[in-house]
Amino acid sequence: MHWFTLLAMLSTASAGTIVDSTNATVEANNPQRIVTVAGNVSETVFALGVGGNVVGVDASSLFPAAVHQLPKVGYYRSINAEGILSLSPDLVIATDSAGPPAVIEQIRGAGIPIAVLDSAQSFEGAQRRVTQIAKLLDRTDEGADLTASMATELSAMSKPETAPRVLFIYARGSGTQNVAGTETAANAMIELAGGKNAVSEYTGYKPMNAEAMIQANPDYILFTQRGLESIGGLEAAAKLNGIAQTPAGQNKKIIAIDDLLLLGFGPRTSQGAIELSKALQQ
Amino acid sequence: MSGSRHRNPTPLFLGMAAVLLGVAGAAVLYGSMPIPLTSLVSIAQESIGVEPSHEVPPGHRYIIVHLRLPRALFAILIGASISVAGAMMQGLFRNPLADPGLLGVSSGAALGAASVIVLGFSLPWVPTLTLPISAFAGGVVATLVVMKLSLRGGTASVANMLLAGIAINAVCGAGTGLLVYVSDDEQLRSLTFWTMGSVGGASWDNLPYVLALAFGPALVALPLGRSINALLLGESEALLLGVNVEQLKKLIILLVCIMVGTSVSLTGMIGFVGLVVPHLCRLLLGADNRRVILGSMLLGSTLLLGADLISRTIVSPAELPIGIVTSIVGGPFFLSLLYRSRQRGIF
Repeated sequence: MHWFTLLAMLSTASAGTIVDSTNATVEANNPQRIVTVAGNVSETVFALGVGGNVVGVDASSLFPAAVHQLPKVGYYRSINAEGILSLSPDLVIATDSAGPPAVIEQIRGAGIPIAVLDSAQSFEGAQRRVTQIAKLLDRTDEGADLTASMATELSAMSKPETAPRVLFIYARGSGTQNVAGTETAANAMIELAGGKNAVSEYTGYKPMNAEAMIQANPDYILFTQRGLESIGGLEAAAKLNGIAQTPAGQNKKIIAIDDLLLLGFGPRTSQGAIELSKALQQ
Repeated sequence: MSGSRHRNPTPLFLGMAAVLLGVAGAAVLYGSMPIPLTSLVSIAQESIGVEPSHEVPPGHRYIIVHLRLPRALFAILIGASISVAGAMMQGLFRNPLADPGLLGVSSGAALGAASVIVLGFSLPWVPTLTLPISAFAGGVVATLVVMKLSLRGGTASVANMLLAGIAINAVCGAGTGLLVYVSDDEQLRSLTFWTMGSVGGASWDNLPYVLALAFGPALVALPLGRSINALLLGESEALLLGVNVEQLKKLIILLVCIMVGTSVSLTGMIGFVGLVVPHLCRLLLGADNRRVILGSMLLGSTLLLGADLISRTIVSPAELPIGIVTSIVGGPFFLSLLYRSRQRGIF
């Protein structure tokens, strides 16, 4: 073997290689056709300036606007192998929320590198994803800049002096209003922004009746933008039984933040926290 | 009933088999990835050891050999299985509205699957098979309980079975509901998708199970047509005709339980196929269960294969859950059947 081919091999060997959350070594070689299967992954790839190489995204990828022009491979829990393979990707980036597991194996079996990243819904989780994706895409400098600016923004954020009680409602139409307990993305964001989740009795999202909502005694009620729209906007929300009787409802302290900004745990996590924190000081 | 109208069913069976082959061809040829016929021909040539006439891109070979082929076979076997199960249930309950759900097998399997999805446990040795095994176990246990409850002095009463089935369905439904309540958003979505079915998990690894546990019992059911015909006259009449009624009923339940338990555990819930296919067969072939069972096998395969073809191409590169396709097609069709039967004064 000629010495410069050897040198060329050595110089590319380490670039774009990561160990993902399934302990698999994933190697990407300057990927030109990327399929992203998570909202925060798509956002990160675009934030690293490689959005032009994305050829398909999942249904939860809603930011930046450019993703809307791309083929959709379905909701991340129900992707299918041939659909993704038909886009001829040379790299698929998903998180451990993606599935079904058989499909991940099928894509791997087709010889397409697929990275399954940790989906942890925390600031550190968001930073880790940025770092890993940056490494896969051979954009380590850009990745380091991005995580550093995330940290700077967050440390410069002014928090409310005393943590207000915040109740997050996951609304999808007036029929479903689930309230976030602990171990949720909403809980993590509320704490990141210097608030306190008004509900600590359970984990996950649960439907809550009016009486329990009054008892939770929230100072603020938090929605996602689409959630608030789905129940008819701010005025309608303030009149809802259970909300109207809380301090938050009486003082119209109802906050709505863009879905992905608030719960996506992508590269804009610190911006989401800042927006929420500002609202909690009004 | 209308046996005289359908004296010789052989041409119809041959026609059904031809349609199945045609749809199978389409299922291998079409998908999200456009694959030219030349690639397909070359892959076929390679597999029989002939020098291929065209070069095949490796991506094409993988999609044909590891995705489309096992998936098509899977849909064929599962479609045949749940349709034959439906035909047997309608014979057992002497009711055209009966479906395997009455035995509690589907709701038991749903409870088993929901437990895995929500509680997230995994079995040692076979972690990746946790969900199908748990769903299968749920389906079998629920059916056994229904069986046990409907036994009176060694004989199984079909009426009791119906009532026990309703009760078990309610209990399993409550258990699933409880799991839905404690589930998080993602688990809930997984559960929802599971109840809408998919044959996307097909692989050469799980095909042998489907062949043995879903399709095998359908083959065992083939010679039962004559006895089920006798059963339709009433249990005592069947006994007079020399049918061992108790044994037949238990055999039917055992077969249905294994077939549907296997199907549901590997594909999730696929609605309407088991209900509609035997009906269609009766329309085409007459009420003779010997024909209905064979017909259900052929037609059920064709319909599920066709439904899967639609499900994976219509919103490509995403996929529409197959249960939605079968229900969209099956629901209105069933309504029209009911309407026509009412006009003819059968109901």
